[in-house]
Amino acid sequence: MRQLDRQDLMDLAVGAAFLGTGGGGDPYIGRLMVQAAMDEGKTVVILDPSEVPDDALVIPTAMMGAPTVLVEKIPSGDEAVASLRKLEAYLGRKAFATMPIECGGINSTIPLVVGALTGLPVVDADGMGRAFPELQMETFSVLGVRGSPMVVTNEYGDSALIEAHDDKFMEWLSRGVAIRMGGAAYIAEYSMSGADVKRTAVPNTISLGVRIGRCLREAKKSHKSPIESLLRMLPETLYSYGRVIWRGKVIDVKRETKMGWALGFAKIEGVEEWKGVMEIQIQNENLIARVDGKVCAIVPDLICVMEAETAEPITTEYLRYGQRVVVVAVAVPPIMRTPEALEVFGPKGFRIDEPYTPIEQLA
Amino acid sequence: MIRIGIDVGGTNTDAVVMEGQRVIASFKATTSPDVTTGVREALTGALKQSGVAAGSVAVVALGTTHFTNAVVQRRDLAPTAAVRLGLPATQALPPMVDWPPDLRDAIGNHAYFAHGGHEFDGRAITPLDPAELRKIAKDIVKKKIRTIAISSVFSPVNPEVERQAGEIFAAAAPGAHITLSSDIGRIGLLERENAAIMNACLRDLSRAVMGAFREALESTGVSGRFFLTQNDGTLMDARFAERFPVLTFASGPTNSMRGAAFLSGVQDGIVIDVGGTTTDVGSLHKGFPRQATVAVEIGGVRTNFRMPDVFSIGLGGGSLVVEEKPGGAVTVGPRSVGYRLTTDALIFGGKTLTTSDIIVAAGRADFGDRSKVAHLSPALIAKTRARIMEMAQNAVERSRLSPEPLPVVVVGGGSILLDAKIGDLDVMKPNHFACANAVGAAIAQVSGEVDRIYMLSKMKREDALADAKQKATDAAVAAGARADSVAIVDVEDVPLAYIPGNATRVRVKAVGELAL
Repeated sequence: MRQLDRQDLMDLAVGAAFLGTGGGGDPYIGRLMVQAAMDEGKTVVILDPSEVPDDALVIPTAMMGAPTVLVEKIPSGDEAVASLRKLEAYLGRKAFATMPIECGGINSTIPLVVGALTGLPVVDADGMGRAFPELQMETFSVLGVRGSPMVVTNEYGDSALIEAHDDKFMEWLSRGVAIRMGGAAYIAEYSMSGADVKRTAVPNTISLGVRIGRCLREAKKSHKSPIESLLRMLPETLYSYGRVIWRGKVIDVKRETKMGWALGFAKIEGVEEWKGVMEIQIQNENLIARVDGKVCAIVPDLICVMEAETAEPITTEYLRYGQRVVVVAVAVPPIMRTPEALEVFGPKGFRIDEPYTPIEQLA
Repeated sequence: MIRIGIDVGGTNTDAVVMEGQRVIASFKATTSPDVTTGVREALTGALKQSGVAAGSVAVVALGTTHFTNAVVQRRDLAPTAAVRLGLPATQALPPMVDWPPDLRDAIGNHAYFAHGGHEFDGRAITPLDPAELRKIAKDIVKKKIRTIAISSVFSPVNPEVERQAGEIFAAAAPGAHITLSSDIGRIGLLERENAAIMNACLRDLSRAVMGAFREALESTGVSGRFFLTQNDGTLMDARFAERFPVLTFASGPTNSMRGAAFLSGVQDGIVIDVGGTTTDVGSLHKGFPRQATVAVEIGGVRTNFRMPDVFSIGLGGGSLVVEEKPGGAVTVGPRSVGYRLTTDALIFGGKTLTTSDIIVAAGRADFGDRSKVAHLSPALIAKTRARIMEMAQNAVERSRLSPEPLPVVVVGGGSILLDAKIGDLDVMKPNHFACANAVGAAIAQVSGEVDRIYMLSKMKREDALADAKQKATDAAVAAGARADSVAIVDVEDVPLAYIPGNATRVRVKAVGELAL
């Protein structure tokens, strides 16, 4: 059990942007919301999964929708709490804790907002180990926890309760609701027992986000290469391998908000020994990076675009023509690379006609 | 063609006269409280030195940190009402939420939420409520607030409700300055709104300052085209600048870095610009300032302008030197006597100990009356100089992102404060170093911009972008850029899902060197 302070929050915003692999929404907005709660004297406590009793009820909370919407349409503030309360009422049980479903982007912080506003602790784990664009793309789902019943709420307090026969259909139904709610809505889903948290979650991913942010900050302070420091630190975690796959200048970015997602691509012209143009395909997150048709990294491994010198992670909505960037690819934990997991959030889950090849084998 | 570059800083006003690629005269004057006198003095001095007739000046390019300084020092800011259209959304984070509290207080912290705003697809979140806006306007008038910033959710996609709200406020609060966020920024509500609010609170000041600039030009007989430099280092028409003072924000550092590159010939290196109040440190990449990638903070406020990544510290030629107790540690800055250097510093007969006094006492520079600092102890002089170099080195280290040795170019009037070496890096001071900002303004580039809607049902996106790029390039050339120097610096396309025909708003900016 650990209480998060302001510095943790600042570090988490950076680490979560890295784990967001371009998507997940700018953690800045979520960080400000948690800070505003802290300013009012509220606290945020995170729990190691081992500290959650096996029979306790955990209700994860999140934002769903397009990051390009979130930077414009800031929430009213209590949408996610309203979803959690409605799901509690439906289940007839009070939650012991909330938890992220996604540790990349803004969803690393929404449960912290809920924790601060309700006093519930937040479990230090999630079901994506990064950011993904669809709600069935969860280790929870892969390992048998059901996503629904689920509640979706907007800024008016309008809500929809969704019960679906499988998690993909839950995603499809709720996406339609989220689009009608303006492309960003706030949800409670994947309610589960403490035992299921221990069995199905990617552990310690909030603290990983904090650690990544701290590593980059401290490296910069001592004038070490932040990217090299990060790549040296990762093997101490479940994310055991990473390397630089490209350096260059952004020469084209295309984004559109379509079907509730930010779809598009970025083209990065190589510099120095990096000859050619890297094209990164985007569906909220960076999915696949290719140079001249050759795959350099592929989902679910992380593909992170960072500012070339300061190593700040750049989210899709802030990608801009002319930026000098470094692209880093990182291996995800084994729980995310099983055949069952790849079936859901490997290339096939994104209708990409390429086999999954771990980043370690793409050198 | 004769061009004049002017830099109006917090302490000094500099002018240079350039003919083609040559600096033919430079003159340094003190910034006057009324602004006009300083500009007139610098202009007259530079023209006289050059022997050029005022009437033959074709272009005057003026860069100023006046507006940035006003925000940084929280002075001359008008009380401003920030009205955001978007209820019931966005309440979690009110306008100015992430601002330093003292700046928020300086403009009164008047934030209002109202209905309105759009969804990403152009649907209204809620309709605009004129009665609600008139009620807010009444409150604004009652509080005697005369500047209003209006932001609306997704206004880059649909600016209509901001315009309508602007008309309602203009009618209900006659004479108020109104800034619409959609006129300034792009997607990103908080950053765009921040820029609009800062612009609004500077409008009274901009009217006064621009009037002072014009008066100075008229009184010296200079009649060329009058431009201000904006944050990306390009020129904007002075009348436009008066309405959008926020666009001048990073022009100071951009000009000094471009000027330093021009004067020294250094293309890759670190530039330190030591002024009277602050020192800016940034790095040059191929002769241009390295741009900050993500969000840039001005006076502690997050914005999404294109700006050079510059680190500022409170060290300058006018910085106050305070010995905490006799023989104890020394603090330098951040307070500065600013333009009162020539009356308040010891060497000019004043009573305030400044960094300039220390440097003159050390025999490193000779201006003012050296006998007035003869009493300063060698220990104090040594301690202060060590502290100055420590501050400079810390700032350089922050901008230095690799251990490789880079040339350091020192410019600005306060650069006499610095020794020949900073840490392990050699320092160079080019000719006319004291007026690098004014040189940077004089060589500022011109830009061409295109902002239009293409129907992608009728053409491919690639063709639309190519067309927009060509039009922006043509516009830059038409504005005076040398055709072979024009480069595209910014491309953005925002699909407008609410208009049938796959409409996309395309914005392209091209810049080039002014043909000389």
